[in-house]
Amino acid sequence: MHKEEIIELEEMALRVREHIVRLSTDGGCFTGASLSCADLVVYLYTRFLNVGPHNFDAPDRDYLFLSKGHDVPALYGTFVELGWLAAERLRNHLKTNDSIYWHPNRAIPGIEFHSGSLGHLPAVAIGVALDCKRRGLANRIVVITGDGELNEGSVWEALLVAQAYKLDNLLFIIDRNHFQANIRTEELIPLEPLAPKFEAFGCTTRRVSGHDFTALDNALQEVPFAEGRPSVLIADTVRGRGLPSIQERADRWFCNFSHEEVNALLEELHGVRQAEIESEALMVR
Amino acid sequence: MKNYENTLLDIMAADERLIVMTAENRAAIRNLPNLVGDRFIDTGITEQTMIGAAAGLALRGRIPVVHALATFLTLRAFEFVRSDVGIGNLPVKLVGGVPGFLSDGNGPTHQAIEDVALMRGIPPMHVFCPADEADLVLGLPQVLSSSAPVYIRHNALKPVIDHTDFEYGRAEWVTEGRDVTILVYGMLLAQAWEARNLLEAEGVSVRLLNMRMLKPIDEDAILRAAAETSLLVTVEDHFLTGGLFSIVSEILVRHRGMADVLPLALVDRWFKPALLPDVLKYEGFTGSQIADSIRESLLITANA
Repeated sequence: MHKEEIIELEEMALRVREHIVRLSTDGGCFTGASLSCADLVVYLYTRFLNVGPHNFDAPDRDYLFLSKGHDVPALYGTFVELGWLAAERLRNHLKTNDSIYWHPNRAIPGIEFHSGSLGHLPAVAIGVALDCKRRGLANRIVVITGDGELNEGSVWEALLVAQAYKLDNLLFIIDRNHFQANIRTEELIPLEPLAPKFEAFGCTTRRVSGHDFTALDNALQEVPFAEGRPSVLIADTVRGRGLPSIQERADRWFCNFSHEEVNALLEELHGVRQAEIESEALMVR
Repeated sequence: MKNYENTLLDIMAADERLIVMTAENRAAIRNLPNLVGDRFIDTGITEQTMIGAAAGLALRGRIPVVHALATFLTLRAFEFVRSDVGIGNLPVKLVGGVPGFLSDGNGPTHQAIEDVALMRGIPPMHVFCPADEADLVLGLPQVLSSSAPVYIRHNALKPVIDHTDFEYGRAEWVTEGRDVTILVYGMLLAQAWEARNLLEAEGVSVRLLNMRMLKPIDEDAILRAAAETSLLVTVEDHFLTGGLFSIVSEILVRHRGMADVLPLALVDRWFKPALLPDVLKYEGFTGSQIADSIRESLLITANA
């Protein structure tokens, strides 16, 4: 990817993070987990997936299933930036006059299926992948799961079935933000070494930073990572990414800020972004 | 007579949307896997993944007909049925094997005797409980072509009566009667039929209703039975909680109906595991025992 493209993605991800922060008030939302996967979601919808309003009904479109449904604000924000969802509708968050709430649902165009209970969409995606294979289609089915979600046995049950049916049209992306809901994964149910677990279940893995667009692009160019096997991308991320004041804080899973706090966080977000740009400029020099 | 598997194959030949799945239980579909190619999917012993995948296939326009033992299908995978199939309102057809007393010697882990309560509690889910294989085959085309998710309480027993045509959501009027109405679903129709014949021979006029579907249920048949006969008897191989007795009670209360009701069901306990004829006898569900219970209830009602 060219430098300009990367800057474009970073700017879009910044705007998506602004939407996430703005949704974190008047009832709040799962801010930390949404911020960790924002870059992934932006990358997938702009550079990887062949899906959009022009082909929502086409049987050969690509699919993205958000299995860790509580990070749906990242999806809402991305859909607004893509022009699929009117920005004004985000003001309806948690209002009864719309269907924009804490977990995904199909009333929002672009959302393929509802989720919220963890460990469901790997199985649902297998059904879609099986059908696409049977119809001889070349489309790709992506599932984003959390790392805490990997505690659920149904994820591993689904992987057994996915490898048995050689579903190389399936890509699992693990948003490895190192947190369960309220505690670090490695302190509660350790997951490492993680890649070998997936390899042992018949998948082929890659591991990159989930905030580095170049690294994501390089890794995902290679999907499927191996013919006849499901692909797994472990994306190392930071919960609360972009906001040092809430980053990696165990108590910042669900956030319901005051309007003043939201304004301060928006300033913080831009400050961090500005500092990044300046330090990059120094490095280039 | 066509059996379940042949009928399913016929419907598959006519409707390419159908896809047959199992979580490695092929008892009802032994020959089908070799005949339908990739329209058969066995996910192994993974009830949850099978149901989730069925929801995914339904999202793609397929009608998955999934098979597993009734307990594991409705209990192990319950949240997947409720949240993926139910919330999604997807036309997945759930075929539960050896429900109720049919699990005979397996023991409580295999006794699906809360399946009706669980499945009817899922908003879009319909519930079909055929009396025998002929009844199942009569209902199957309509049940599979319905746009609703449907739970099918499978059984492959030989019929003891000649069934009439299947009407979706309607009970089958096996016999007309003035004194007592027996309401029954599933395999116990055979025992209810025997009880009815014993009572008729003694001059008790018995209306026998094979309910067939418990959701949507034939409310009209229940309300008419309450109005036209003096005792309703619900017969079911299911917990008393949430099954046909509950449904009848709900309907009577909603319509301010009054009736004497004798519920024959399993009251807060699992049944004694044994071979089916012994289970029926031990639990009081043979034809003559059902007739005894009804006779006793009629005496109490008459003396009240």
